[in-house]
Amino acid sequence: MKGEIYRVAGPVVTIMGIKPKMYDVVHVGHEGLMGEVIRIEGDKATVQVYEDTSGIKPGEPVVNTGMSLSVELGPGLLESIYDGIQRPLKVLQEKMGDFIDRGVTANGLDRERVWEFKPTVSSGDSVTGGQTIGIVQETENIEHKIMVPPTVSGTIEEIKSGKFKVDETICVLAGGKELSMMQKWPVRMPRPVDKKFIPRRPLITGQRILDGLFPVAKGGTAAIPGPFGSGKTVTQQQLAKWSDTDIVVYIGCGERGNEMADVLNEFPELQDPKTGRPLMERTVLIANTSNMPVAAREASVYTGITIAEYYRDMGYDVSLMADSSSRWAEAMREISSRLEEMPGEEGYPAYLSARLSEFYERAGAVKSLSAEEGSITVIGAVSPPGGDFSEPVTQNTLRIVKVFWALDAKLAQRRHFPSIDWLTSYSLYTQGLADWFAENVAPDWVPLRDNAMDLLQQESELQEIVQLVGSDALPEDQQLVLEICRMLREYFLQQNAFHPVDTYCPFDKQYQLLKAISKYSDMAQAALESGIPMKDILSIESKDELAKVKFEEDFEGALNVVMEKMDKEFAALGGN
Amino acid sequence: MTKEYKTITEISGPLIFLEKTEPVGYGELVHINLPDGTTKRGQVLDTSSDVVAVQVFEGTGGLNEESGVVFSGETIKLPVSKDMLGRILSGAGEPLDGGPRIVPEDRIDVNGASMNPYSRMPPEDFIQTGISTIDGTNTLVRGQKLPIFSGSGLPHNEIALQIARQSKVPGSTEDFAVVFAAMGITNEEAQYFMEDFEKTGALERAVVFLNLADDPAVERIITPRMALTAAEYLAYEHDMHVLVILTDITNYCEALRQMGAAREEVPGRRGYPGYMYTDLASLYERAGVIKGRKGSVTQFSILTMPGDDITHPIPDLSGYITEGQIVVSRELHMKGIYPPINVLPSLSRLMNSGIGDGKTRDDHKAVSDQMYAGYAEGRDLRGLVAIVGKEALSERDQKILEFADLFEDRFVRQGRDEDRSIEDTLQVGWDILSELPESLLTRIDNKYIEKYHPAHKSN
Ligand SMILES: Nc1ncnc2c1ncn2[C@@H]1O[C@H](COP(=O)(O)OP(=O)(O)O)[C@@H](O)[C@H]1O
Ligand SMILES: [Mg+2]
Repeated sequence: MKGEIYRVAGPVVTIMGIKPKMYDVVHVGHEGLMGEVIRIEGDKATVQVYEDTSGIKPGEPVVNTGMSLSVELGPGLLESIYDGIQRPLKVLQEKMGDFIDRGVTANGLDRERVWEFKPTVSSGDSVTGGQTIGIVQETENIEHKIMVPPTVSGTIEEIKSGKFKVDETICVLAGGKELSMMQKWPVRMPRPVDKKFIPRRPLITGQRILDGLFPVAKGGTAAIPGPFGSGKTVTQQQLAKWSDTDIVVYIGCGERGNEMADVLNEFPELQDPKTGRPLMERTVLIANTSNMPVAAREASVYTGITIAEYYRDMGYDVSLMADSSSRWAEAMREISSRLEEMPGEEGYPAYLSARLSEFYERAGAVKSLSAEEGSITVIGAVSPPGGDFSEPVTQNTLRIVKVFWALDAKLAQRRHFPSIDWLTSYSLYTQGLADWFAENVAPDWVPLRDNAMDLLQQESELQEIVQLVGSDALPEDQQLVLEICRMLREYFLQQNAFHPVDTYCPFDKQYQLLKAISKYSDMAQAALESGIPMKDILSIESKDELAKVKFEEDFEGALNVVMEKMDKEFAALGGN
Repeated sequence: MTKEYKTITEISGPLIFLEKTEPVGYGELVHINLPDGTTKRGQVLDTSSDVVAVQVFEGTGGLNEESGVVFSGETIKLPVSKDMLGRILSGAGEPLDGGPRIVPEDRIDVNGASMNPYSRMPPEDFIQTGISTIDGTNTLVRGQKLPIFSGSGLPHNEIALQIARQSKVPGSTEDFAVVFAAMGITNEEAQYFMEDFEKTGALERAVVFLNLADDPAVERIITPRMALTAAEYLAYEHDMHVLVILTDITNYCEALRQMGAAREEVPGRRGYPGYMYTDLASLYERAGVIKGRKGSVTQFSILTMPGDDITHPIPDLSGYITEGQIVVSRELHMKGIYPPINVLPSLSRLMNSGIGDGKTRDDHKAVSDQMYAGYAEGRDLRGLVAIVGKEALSERDQKILEFADLFEDRFVRQGRDEDRSIEDTLQVGWDILSELPESLLTRIDNKYIEKYHPAHKSN
């Protein structure tokens, strides 16, 4: 059915003459710009257009596809970089050069590439939605499971084996339904699962303050709010690089082009700490940068999470980073204001909070339709205006997510990185993961960590007194607390993302570092009690040398040297 | 399409509305012929089969319902050519210097298309500005967008000019150019820039766009787009390394706010439009380097923070888009320190890719981190000293307090014409760091201490 354009106002176009359904994808104008119906009113419908509308005129034609905005799912997603509506940026570059033009369509999955399909079912088997019918080795480490689309079931009449393109038939069901390796799924609809579990395994990130103090569980949700320059992007990228996850979906939503270029440049060179393979092989990038069309920015988050769900359904642990969820919310606000909807708080639409929770609800540890256990961990950056956490996006997000990593501008200014404020951040998974840590890290890990947190709390109280009277006026045991906390902050919490060794810290190293600080603390305490002057305890050289062991390639060797020296130094003081 | 319509039904602030037109394209350039024979230009903001809304760049003064409106059938384009170098143009791209019109080699849509992130080359070529607080601690690289966040009455213009004069990529002899766009600055300020450009011969390598304080505010919305279009053209068609100076972003944002109010939009924070982030991004993101092309666009814009408040929406939204910021401090200015750059809130996000072995020097990052840590702590201690007195400080803290003073006096402070090489800058860094006990240099790997610390170096 053909219609025509009635009105154009930026990314919002009003059409008439056709009767679309909500969320139908339409092509508007002579160039066939892609858009999505977001409001229907009488004989007119409003469309948010994913491409620049300059020069588009009333009266130009409109065609309805009758389909909702969907992504293509199948082998070839990994290592791709897409825009917000799953057009591969590489293909766009081939078709239009270095600057993004409009009216160009591009398939999410390469139609020419051939994959080796190995069936895991035979004809005569009956299959249901979500069930695996075969596998494709997508990358060296990822076995891509070809699944029956969730809404399909039946008896297999024919199943093929061998090399195929994604849209070729590999399986026929009784009744003639043909399946290929590719399926489409509407992005705004969560893919169904059998059931959800309470997440019980930590996502190990190699970042000390995250793993140590505020861990997130696989299948959990976390938010990183912070003003500009406080470390949202670096933290997200660190998580994408070093987390022990099978698949990473990284969404650059309304942020910088150069940051995406950075990821593209770096990830093929970096090694997945788990498999030793290039990180890019486990990564899907979605880049809808700040200067790309705002409607496609709104869609980018859904595109990303749908791809994440697809790999989760295969039984993988997926982590999804959205940098920044605020830009997504702003895209909603921009479209909503063009629609002249009644604005809610700070101009955001009244449905902001519903959309945020629907999105984070798509995280989770699940049993998939094919009885695989998979998970999606969602980590959203939040960019509050003026760094003020009381604004609607931060507040609505905090109501949903279970982990809060609060970035602090003051820490960032003094180059304390990651500038996560240890006093206000929290993780609601800490308790639930305690058993896992005791079993897999060390039995005394939890008490060690709790003790460190305790001390850091005390420090903030002591600092208030110091502000009034100076540190020399404090009793010696409190001075010692301050010193231990300085060590905790500088030696343990600070972690340089750009240092080749320090950027990733295995759990065992985290444990040993904390243990070393704790050992100094114990020996210092004992020395103090046996009457040794504070000044001597503070001038223990090995204590200062401990600052640098985390940077050493041979960490254990370096640590042993320092700790042996510490024993000797304390012995020489006569205490202990 | 040269048909003239006399169907204006409403004039409201900078907007006109007209009816009964043939289909008009969104964003089209519009010419408006006034009864007195003059012509104004505008752009289509909203178009439907019934009504068309046009924003008029030169303001709607003198317009009435008798005025004729002609739709050009195309979006706003800038005629470009290499001969633009050395020229002074209005904020709307018309020659102001009495010279001939630009004979175009091409005409380019001023909105520019967004660069495909896949085509971007991460910027990494160190630009030496000769200013220690930039080179040493907030390094600028080619293709970066790094604005100066300043306040009224602070010497941001001097700093920008010093940078424009001194900037070089050590060892490179490639073609460079400056594109300067004034948006709502005073005539006097503009003169200050022009004189310096002339004096140093920079004008020959510059394209200047001037929209001054008394020029129409609406025109300000296209001025930076014109400038960036010229810059992209010189960079990507003529292989030049272009430094774009936009000043003052704050005036640009005020114009945006004014337009939003005229359109009766729902205002966002402090009255600025809700889409200001996206709008600013469409300017700032036009910096960068493209794989396989020689040229680059680097942006060094000036933004005066209203009330020196960095959380004000203009610096705030900018900081969320740019690759860092250089913050000019009133406190340091009052202390008589030039350039009064406060490194603590300053940041160059691309510093890490532009420094280090083979680019600047292997110890660069460590020296910078150590100075930050020391200066930050020293400044905190100043607050403490004011309450408890210096005597109450431990010996360690006293040293750090002194370091903060040294840092301001020797590292930050430099002459208006003092062009420090990166080696000089790092040397000053080591000189002041060596006043601290070595055990406090926890951010510096031992190997660098052995290599560069004055106490070790000599032997
Ligand atoms: N863990 C870290 N280690 C070292 N530097 C960091 C770290 N986190 C942030 N930074 C520094 O802070 C800058 C800003 O961080 P970024 O993540 O881009 O901030 P945001 O996304 O919050 O604006 C980075 O360019 C980098 O210099
Ligand atoms: Mg960021």
